[in-house]
Formats: sequence, C-alpha cells, structure tokens
Amino acid sequence: MSDEEDIILSELDDGELVEQMQDDLYDGMAEEIVEGVEILLERGWVPYDILTKALVAGMTVVGNDFRDGILFVPEVLLAAKAMKAGMAILKPLLAETGAPRMGKMVIGTVKGDIHDIGQNLVTMMMEGAGFEVKNIGINNPAEEYIAACKEFNADILGMSALLTTTMPYMKIVIDELKEQGLRDDYIVMVGGAPLNEEFGTAIGADAYCKDAAVAVEMAKQLIAAKAA
Amino acid sequence: MTMKPRILLLACGALARELRTMMAGPGWAHCDLHCLPADLHNRPDQIAPAVERAVLARRDDYDDVFVVYADCGTGGQLQATCDRLGVQMMAGPHCYAFYDGLEEFAARDEATCFYLTDFLVRQFDAFVWKPLGLDRHPELLSMYFGNYTTLIYQAQTDDAALTAMAQDCAARLGLAFERRFTGYGELADIPARFA
Repeated sequence: MSDEEDIILSELDDGELVEQMQDDLYDGMAEEIVEGVEILLERGWVPYDILTKALVAGMTVVGNDFRDGILFVPEVLLAAKAMKAGMAILKPLLAETGAPRMGKMVIGTVKGDIHDIGQNLVTMMMEGAGFEVKNIGINNPAEEYIAACKEFNADILGMSALLTTTMPYMKIVIDELKEQGLRDDYIVMVGGAPLNEEFGTAIGADAYCKDAAVAVEMAKQLIAAKAA
Repeated sequence: MTMKPRILLLACGALARELRTMMAGPGWAHCDLHCLPADLHNRPDQIAPAVERAVLARRDDYDDVFVVYADCGTGGQLQATCDRLGVQMMAGPHCYAFYDGLEEFAARDEATCFYLTDFLVRQFDAFVWKPLGLDRHPELLSMYFGNYTTLIYQAQTDDAALTAMAQDCAARLGLAFERRFTGYGELADIPARFA
C-alpha cells in the first residue's frame, strides 16, 4: 500500500490549487491541468489569471529547469502537452474576457526545415504572454512569411531552424523584406538549436532568442521600444 | 625514404568502428585514432569545447591533428574552433552528408527524411529512442516525427541483419523505409589529405 495520498484538487484552496497545478504541469499531467482549469473557472477566476498564474508560471519553471540542464526535451514536451490542454479551454475565453493584447506574431520554420517543436513551444508561450500568434508551420519560403505577415498585420516575424543547412535561409527572408521595403515594418526574431547571437546579428535579425522564455521577453521589450 | 607525418584522428565515437575498419587496411599506418564520446551527437553545443580540450591535450605528440567531425549541429562553432587551433576538419553539415558525398547529399531534396547509419542502427535505442523519451512516453512520437515521411538507412556495409534492424526502426517510427548503400564515403579520403 502506498503512503502517498491522492490529492483531490477540488478540496484545495485557490493558492494550494495553483501551486499543485504548477507541479502537475511540471510533471506533464494533462488531465489534472484540465481539471484544475475547470475548477478555477467554476470558482470565478478570470481566464487570463488562470493562464498566467497557473500555466505560464508553471511553464516558466519548466523552461528555467530545461535551460539549467535539470529537465530534458521529453519532459518539456510533456509539460507543453499539459499546458496545451489547459490552453484549449482558456483560449476561446480570453478574447471574451478582455485579456491584454501584446502584439501579433507570425512564426514558422524556414524553407527546407521541418522541425517545429521549438516554434510550437514559442507559439504557446507567446500566446500565454498575451500575443496573438499565427503559426504558419514548416518549410516556409520567403514569400509565404511575407504574405502571412501582411495578411495577419503582424508586428513580429519569427523564424526557426534546427539545421545548420537551413538556418542561412533566414537571411534570404530578411533580404527579401529589405528588397520589398518592408524590413522596418516587422520586428524579426530568430531561434533554433544551431543559432547563436553572432549569427542573429550577422543576418540582420532584431533578436536571437535562445529559448521560448527569452523569445517572450525579447518580444515584449522590442514591441515596447518600437512603440516608444 | 621520407617518413610520413604522424596524424592524430580526433573523431566522433559514432565513427569509431568504421574508422578502425579502414585503418586496418593499407594507407592509414601513420594515423592514430582518438574518439570522443558518441553521445555528443545529441549535445552539439558541447562538441567544440570537447574537441578543443582533446586537441590541446594531444597535439604535441603528433605532426598534425585532423578532426573527424563535420559541423554536426554546432552552427559553425566547430569550424571556428578548428580555424583558431589551426587544424582541419571534415567539410559539410554532418556525417550523413559526407557518407553520401557532399555534392550528392546537397543535391537531394530530402527535408522529410530521417537518416540512420550503421552506428545509429546498432545504437538506435541508446541514441534515438531513449534520449527522446520514447521508451517512457511513446505518445511523444508524433511531436518528434510527425513531419517526417521516410527513414533512409545509409549503409556503410552490406549486412542483412543491420538492414532488418533498420527496417524495424522505421516501423517503430512509423516511417517508410529506404536503404541506400554509401560505403565509407568521404571518410575514405582522409589519408590522401596528408599524403
């Protein structure tokens, strides 16, 4: 017989429940996250508060522990799946309840690159931070990035690549923006495992983002700077 | 008679078996092999520092050092390190490219293909399945491999048992299977660099 007692989420007070949800997110427990979100909604919590105080706060711990080598990719993906399950409930409610709007972003992997795990994490964390994100998926040529930015009236263009062979394509997209006189219309952020700060600077991006948490912070800073 | 320079081959552990096989043949007697742990394959940010430490530790015993890594996901960091240390390395993005031949590989349009070599077929569980957590969480499979269509087994040797294992790997990943014999590709050209 186990010494551990099952935790009944509905019996926890709000503070304990939020803390438990952060733990459940860390452990990738999607069903518990869904249950926690539903309980807080029933208790009259505003969706934006559930998103930021339970889900984003929990995912921030996950991101920090990934950065510090405590968690690895599988655990981050499980946590992301759990957060996504909670987000699925909250997302339709956020617009109705006047959640803050930080800005709009188009994100996709570059031409020749099909690795979308990173950009999907960034999408989720950006949405959690109040950005509207249009994720245009994988293998995008310059014209598709630019068309999506125009159509979505984006503030930010995000490009992702996992391969050394595909990351140079980011410069082609930036050069095409310049060619069309659109470069100053968009903040360009880049990320992906083989990239670094030096590469981001060399291709003319506005920011290199080491991970999803950095992407959110850079986006907030650059949007604020542009508005100033 | 002129003595050939002594060369240290500083290699990825994932190439050890192939290099040892070739080094048992003619033309490699002036080369010694030192391998770094193959699991750096999954931690490319650690490759350049590990190579630098090994070069500095062992270069005084040799006339030259040759780094048997391609870029391998280091985003140019390994090339920059080798340039700074004054040593040569394999050209190209990764071993899949130099096994195939750099020009041939670059000409292929295989963005949705996942590659295994002889080494990776033998070590599939240790280097692919378990590090991705698929032994514990098979539900993550589609997040990792959902955009891939085909597993290409780049065969260095003709080995029916390995081919069967590679087919099994493709089935586990839910991918179509193709075998492509490459032999040792551009690894075989290493001695000529120091002739």
